[in-house]
Amino acid sequence: MPGISLRVNGAVHVVDVDPETPLLYVLGDELHLRGPKFGCGLGQCGACTVLLNGSAVRSCITPVGSVNRQEIVTLEGLGTPEKPHPIQQAFIDEEAAQCGFCLSGVMLTAKAFLDQHPKASEVEIRHALAGVLCRCFVHTRMFKAIQRYARTRQA
Amino acid sequence: MTSGLSRRDFLTRSGALVVSFSMAPLLEPLALAQGPFDTHQSHIDPANLDSWIAVGADGIVTAYTGKCDFGQGMYTAQTQLIAEELCVAIDRVRLIQCDTSVTPDQGTTSGSQSTPTNFNTSGLAQAAATAREALINLAAQRLRVPANLLTAANGSISAKGGRRIRYGELVAGKKFKLKIDPKAKRRPAGEWTVLGKPVPPLDIEALVMGRFEFVHNVHVSGMLHGRVVRPPAVGATVVSVDEGSVRGISGLVKVVVRKNFVGVVAEKQTQAIDAAAGLKVVWTPGAGLPAQQGFYDYIRKQPSRDVLMIDSQDIEQKLAQAVTVLKATYCHPYQAHGSIGASCAVADVRADKATVWSATQSAYPTRQCVATLVGLPVDDVRVIFVRGSGCYGLNGADTVSLDAALLSQAIHRPVRVQLSRADEMAWGENYGAACVIDQRAGVDATGTIVAWDCEPWSVSFGGRPGYDRPGNVVTGMLAGYEPHLVSPQAASQPTGALENGNNAVPSYVTGCIGSNCNGAGRIRGERVLTHSVKSPFFTGPLRSPLRLQNTFAHECFMDELGAHAKADPVEYRLRHLRDQRLIDVVKGAAKAAKWDARPSPKSNRRRGEVASGRGIACVAYEGDNGYGALIAEVEVDLAAGHVQVKRFTVAHDCGPISNPAGLRNQIEGGLLQGMSRALGEEVTWDDRKATSTDWNTYHSLPLGIEVPVIECELINQSDVTATGAGETAITLVAAAIGNAIFDATGVRLRQIPFTAAPVKEALDAIS
Repeated sequence: MPGISLRVNGAVHVVDVDPETPLLYVLGDELHLRGPKFGCGLGQCGACTVLLNGSAVRSCITPVGSVNRQEIVTLEGLGTPEKPHPIQQAFIDEEAAQCGFCLSGVMLTAKAFLDQHPKASEVEIRHALAGVLCRCFVHTRMFKAIQRYARTRQA
Repeated sequence: MTSGLSRRDFLTRSGALVVSFSMAPLLEPLALAQGPFDTHQSHIDPANLDSWIAVGADGIVTAYTGKCDFGQGMYTAQTQLIAEELCVAIDRVRLIQCDTSVTPDQGTTSGSQSTPTNFNTSGLAQAAATAREALINLAAQRLRVPANLLTAANGSISAKGGRRIRYGELVAGKKFKLKIDPKAKRRPAGEWTVLGKPVPPLDIEALVMGRFEFVHNVHVSGMLHGRVVRPPAVGATVVSVDEGSVRGISGLVKVVVRKNFVGVVAEKQTQAIDAAAGLKVVWTPGAGLPAQQGFYDYIRKQPSRDVLMIDSQDIEQKLAQAVTVLKATYCHPYQAHGSIGASCAVADVRADKATVWSATQSAYPTRQCVATLVGLPVDDVRVIFVRGSGCYGLNGADTVSLDAALLSQAIHRPVRVQLSRADEMAWGENYGAACVIDQRAGVDATGTIVAWDCEPWSVSFGGRPGYDRPGNVVTGMLAGYEPHLVSPQAASQPTGALENGNNAVPSYVTGCIGSNCNGAGRIRGERVLTHSVKSPFFTGPLRSPLRLQNTFAHECFMDELGAHAKADPVEYRLRHLRDQRLIDVVKGAAKAAKWDARPSPKSNRRRGEVASGRGIACVAYEGDNGYGALIAEVEVDLAAGHVQVKRFTVAHDCGPISNPAGLRNQIEGGLLQGMSRALGEEVTWDDRKATSTDWNTYHSLPLGIEVPVIECELINQSDVTATGAGETAITLVAAAIGNAIFDATGVRLRQIPFTAAPVKEALDAIS
């Protein structure tokens, strides 16, 4: 079986797995990435979210074979501790986390949406987050952080 | 083990006195632990200062705590505490949490007890105060200056005139070899420079960078993947397992069966998933479940274990003399912890020792349960806490740790077990208890309450495993260990003093047992008789266990009584309260919310399509472990029955605040989690099993909702003991919303959750 070539956070990895394997398990078990998390395995909560060519996708229900050679970015690929991505800086500034397990879903869903819709209204942003869960209910701070990021994009 | 590198580096950076991370400490003779955790043997004696604090030659202070962080901010707050008491900058502190090879046994991190235990004059705080005084005494000897003329600051001890000596020089890589001094003085709250300040969460950068190591991210060399196969029905037991049914699955290593515990181990996670799904297991049909429709009546017909919390012995007489007697019954469903991450653990069980990486709230109790399950001496088992997703109580973290231990034991290799969403929600966690609470009260001609009689019924089965009950969670039960069962028993007259840990006793009664009156209120006619009955599902301490359910019933019923008296809900509460701190939060919330003082419901209500209203609730959490009052402002869509909370205003008193920013985060999260529980969350079942097993069937409010404005009024009291703060706010939400709905519409809802359908039904019934 020829390997599958994955472009993750700017690096190329060739993995030898069943193409039906959900992308999440490859990212976590094979590449030891920590950003995307197993929440439900059903595409219902968002914890496993990654960016695929700039769009938010749920890696727990995305077969790895379907993303061959495409650009994948996980939460750890956005920025570095020295130079955080603006949405990461916004979440730091708003202290917008408790357990932090949901952050890939919250941050990457918001980032992908705002990158594609930079002038989105508050209602439109909420609509984009309708399928994302945070069970610590840090909703207030997270929404402030997302709006802060939206402003940096417009500035 | 790749994941362990950062942890190990973290430890070796922290100085010469840090306990070596080999298994060597486990081989030393046991010392019987003394003091507050003396029920179990631990090689780490909490009476010794060296069990808690080490100062490296580089001046780095390492602290060992048995209270760990799940996202509630305890890592940051405890680091602040150490920095404050040791007078060092916060980046000079290394905190090691909940690892049975190096931290003291502080039982379980739960019940809003971390702050009372570790931030007053015991536990970590007292150890830190002892260490600071010890360092000053060492400096006094070295500098030949009396200790009372020395000051500690920035990791040094200074004398007047500029002579100073650094901590690292003082201890020079040695242990303190001192006992914790119960007389060591905490630094006064008025002088705090680190504790009490809004220090940002120390983990936030790692979290938002995706670099934080959760237990789900632990990788151990040679690790395999396990999944479990749970019974398809409550009470079902294994008849047969057909291993041949999965023989064709590549990578399958083993099918593991132990009594009714069934699991599979494979090389890769997807192979384990396939094997768990494909394995043919014949189960007995199970016990059957009582119908969900009518379940609250069912509860009241079960044999019960009764406790008379309080009894003035004149309740019937006082009710008979009352001008009016009101009665109401409140119902609260089972609710799920519903952690965002289905639980995960890694175990490496060998013939002579075992290591478990676990997100449990109970490192030492889990160590004991693992030892029991795998048949090893407890000292040969090490449990290392690695944070999981927020747990809010007894989620699947404990049971999956036992799953991993059983699977690893069967193959003598490390195994990572990831529960599926359905494993977690149908079986993996112990639900918050369903309750039905009967209230009766009598009022005099002025509407003032003269007698309050309450009978809360709650369900119970299993619970925290503790040190000796692995059967209290599903894995232990399946492996053959008995869960804790309610044993029916009649109540006897209360003695001693009221302990209102479950808030079964309303705040408005005197709580008198003999001459001991521990209640927060003024009502002298009082009786509270609690009933606990067997639950068909496992139950456990979901955030604010029973306190939330009881407070919902008490605070709504108080509102009903106030409405009957045509009194303003705030004034009516104050009329019956005695506890000054509770009075102060009620007044504080009312002032902050610009409370519209008038009776409920609104007289000009129900015009237009949307009705608005406000409601209040208050609680002395667990009787004396935090005080809060909450005002909810809601809008009710009269046509659809949809409830929208517009604003929460909370006044909160938890004594001296460790970190006001962290506290606000906890309060905000608690309020919105409480709102989700009040408006939508309910475990459902059919005649055999739970049916709320994913996020389509268990309804959690998503990020996309319109979030209410939240205003927190923090009352910071420095001259009292520090109380818990993580559960007070959530306790109030259902009651405050219910009271606000009543204010807006005149409809009294007595059953959680307030979804649109029952709200609409109730609205239609009165129109």
